Amino acid sequence: MENLYIHIFLLALIVIISVFAVSHYRIIRGAILLGAVSFLVSISLFMLKAPIAAMFELSVCTGLITVIFISVISLTNPVYAGQKKINEMSMVKKIIILFLIVAVCGFFIYLFDEKNINWIPVMNDAQKTVTTKDSLWNLRHVDLIGQALILLTGIFAVVVLFKKGKEEK
Amino acid sequence: MFLLLVLIPLFLVLLLNLNLYKVNYKIAVLIAGLFSLFQMFFIFSPNFFSTGLVDLLSLRFECDGISWIMLFSIAIVSFAAICVLYASETIASGKKFHFVNLVLLALAGMNGLVFVRDIFSIYVFIEIIAATSYVLIALDKTKKSLEASFKYLVISSVATVMMLSAVAILFMAAGSTDFIKVAQMYKEYGANPLIVVASVFFIVGLFIKGGVMPFHGWLPDAYSASPNPTSVFLAGIVTKTTGIYTLVRLYAIFDFNYSMQLVFLVFGSLSIVIAAIGAINQDNFKRMLAYSSISQVGYIVLAFGSGTILGVFAGMFHLFNHSVFKSLLFVNASALESRVNTNQIHNMSGLASRMPVTSTTSVIAFLSTAGIPPLAGFWSKLLIVLALWFSGNKEFAVLALLASIFTLTYFLIMQKKIFFGQLKEKFNTIKEARFTIRLASLFLCAITILTGLFFPIILNFMAFLFSF
Amino acid sequence: MNAESLILFKFYIMIMPILFIIGIFAVMTAKNIVAIIIGIEIMTKGVTLLLAASGYFGGNPEIAQNFIIVMIIIEVVILTIASGLIVNIVKKYDSLSTKNIRNLKG
Repeated sequence: MENLYIHIFLLALIVIISVFAVSHYRIIRGAILLGAVSFLVSISLFMLKAPIAAMFELSVCTGLITVIFISVISLTNPVYAGQKKINEMSMVKKIIILFLIVAVCGFFIYLFDEKNINWIPVMNDAQKTVTTKDSLWNLRHVDLIGQALILLTGIFAVVVLFKKGKEEK
Repeated sequence: MFLLLVLIPLFLVLLLNLNLYKVNYKIAVLIAGLFSLFQMFFIFSPNFFSTGLVDLLSLRFECDGISWIMLFSIAIVSFAAICVLYASETIASGKKFHFVNLVLLALAGMNGLVFVRDIFSIYVFIEIIAATSYVLIALDKTKKSLEASFKYLVISSVATVMMLSAVAILFMAAGSTDFIKVAQMYKEYGANPLIVVASVFFIVGLFIKGGVMPFHGWLPDAYSASPNPTSVFLAGIVTKTTGIYTLVRLYAIFDFNYSMQLVFLVFGSLSIVIAAIGAINQDNFKRMLAYSSISQVGYIVLAFGSGTILGVFAGMFHLFNHSVFKSLLFVNASALESRVNTNQIHNMSGLASRMPVTSTTSVIAFLSTAGIPPLAGFWSKLLIVLALWFSGNKEFAVLALLASIFTLTYFLIMQKKIFFGQLKEKFNTIKEARFTIRLASLFLCAITILTGLFFPIILNFMAFLFSF
Repeated sequence: MNAESLILFKFYIMIMPILFIIGIFAVMTAKNIVAIIIGIEIMTKGVTLLLAASGYFGGNPEIAQNFIIVMIIIEVVILTIASGLIVNIVKKYDSLSTKNIRNLKG
């Protein structure tokens, strides 16, 4: 039974921290809170019996993406001086968001009661004996070609967008 | 054998970038042009549909008639885009090289998209095409193109999230992401509210990517603010592949559901009418063409809404025709911009006497869009109206006919303003566009006219294709 | 499926619309371009959780792991492109406000 409470506690914490991440005026705090959300999502993934995905999410999202955000904000920071505003708008925003979320929650709890979900044929707590990870990756060769293409696109994007052209002084 | 169309661009990109030898941008453009011509002729080879290489690598790729039409359209439009790139004067030569790399990657992505039979792989290939488009739109780094690319990125990412959440729920219900298994699951549990919500999310996500009316916010900006070769590529094939082709596959999985037909009919007719009204008052030539694209995509969606095989066939044929004549119009827009240096219609007038090839091909493209008899557009619109009439949606058939009058209106206005009329003083020394742009225009125009004239032969050929 | 898993499943199905709405709110009312990208990232986290839950409750956690890994790789590339665009926008306008990118109509 305590398994259920840990899951629900993690999900509630994710929602609350993401509300804070979105409604801050200073975006560096938003980027760091996004890193915290990634960390909690990684723990959730680990509890849902997806350990390799949890490791990936931890190293890539919490590490790489947060670093990318902070470097983008720092690269553009010197132009940001002298723009201090009072934090009143963000308080009102937070309250509005939380109210919308509670309304959506209630709506969805009413919408999906138990009889609608009895359609899924295999419903156990992942007790099925699964084959190892290697043989399962053999099923999805197509995605490997897709991943090679997208990584090449990423390389060309960095070259095109980040390099100064000869005509730009 | 058809797997080569995905593997060859990948190898070409790797070859061009090895840096062991200096590659001039002209050679790169030539190689890309040769590849698109190769694709155009390779799909006619007799053992194109053999699955030898695919079984060897145990992939899940298949090719059937609808994929064949898409491959042909992709080859034609990419050839036109590369021709425009070669003659473009506003893009530096280093950037032309990167343009070729990105176009080859996008070609590999689109060829892969029409072959897969798996809903998660559809997401992967759609993201590849989208990622190359974001960089292609922002290639010349002007203020407007950066802003248009950013807006496209944000809106397209929202659509991706919706699509992927639908894929997750369908995966859970069906146990696997294969088309066949999802179709079986849909037959059993199709009326379950959770699955209906998931289907709605998927369809809305695809509508956003395809530019159907209530969700078209990014489209006029992206088409008008991007550099000329990108506009040809984007308007000709990218939006239609990621939006409309995937809708056809989904439609076949969901077994021509009745409520889905209603959704297609309503949104399609909304697209046609409101976009046609929006196109009348535009001053920028490319923005007017963008609104016209939204309107014609509405025709395709309306054809799918009729729910019969004839409707699907009419929609795919109109997709092919639209990619040909819309890219022709964008090629001519780039020819105009390269010589007249402006996109505003009120600055241009009377250019028919100085630029004969451009104006003649534009007139033929306009007439084909509006659906005038011997050209290709007439046959596809006729097939759409017939498909709608025989499936019982008579009021939508009448609406499609009446909306053609709108199309004719705004195109006649544009034609008169740009090409006919009094020649302004400053245009006395305008020459015709460069050779490769003329080549692309004449090639596309020839395809339009030939498709229109030899329509019965094409009808038999497509009936043969659809027997797969 | 026992009752406890059912309740957990309902919570996991509910988490995705909640994070989606938070993300859309961030995208629409942001005063800063980077905040828009943070909103997109939050939506992506929601879909990650939904994918993992659909693998766990459907009995196929391995295949869902593959999906999550592929999705994270694609997300990193898209984020790189977005940050490249942001850096170039800031070079042109010298400010991170969203008023600058509202120029094109439609």
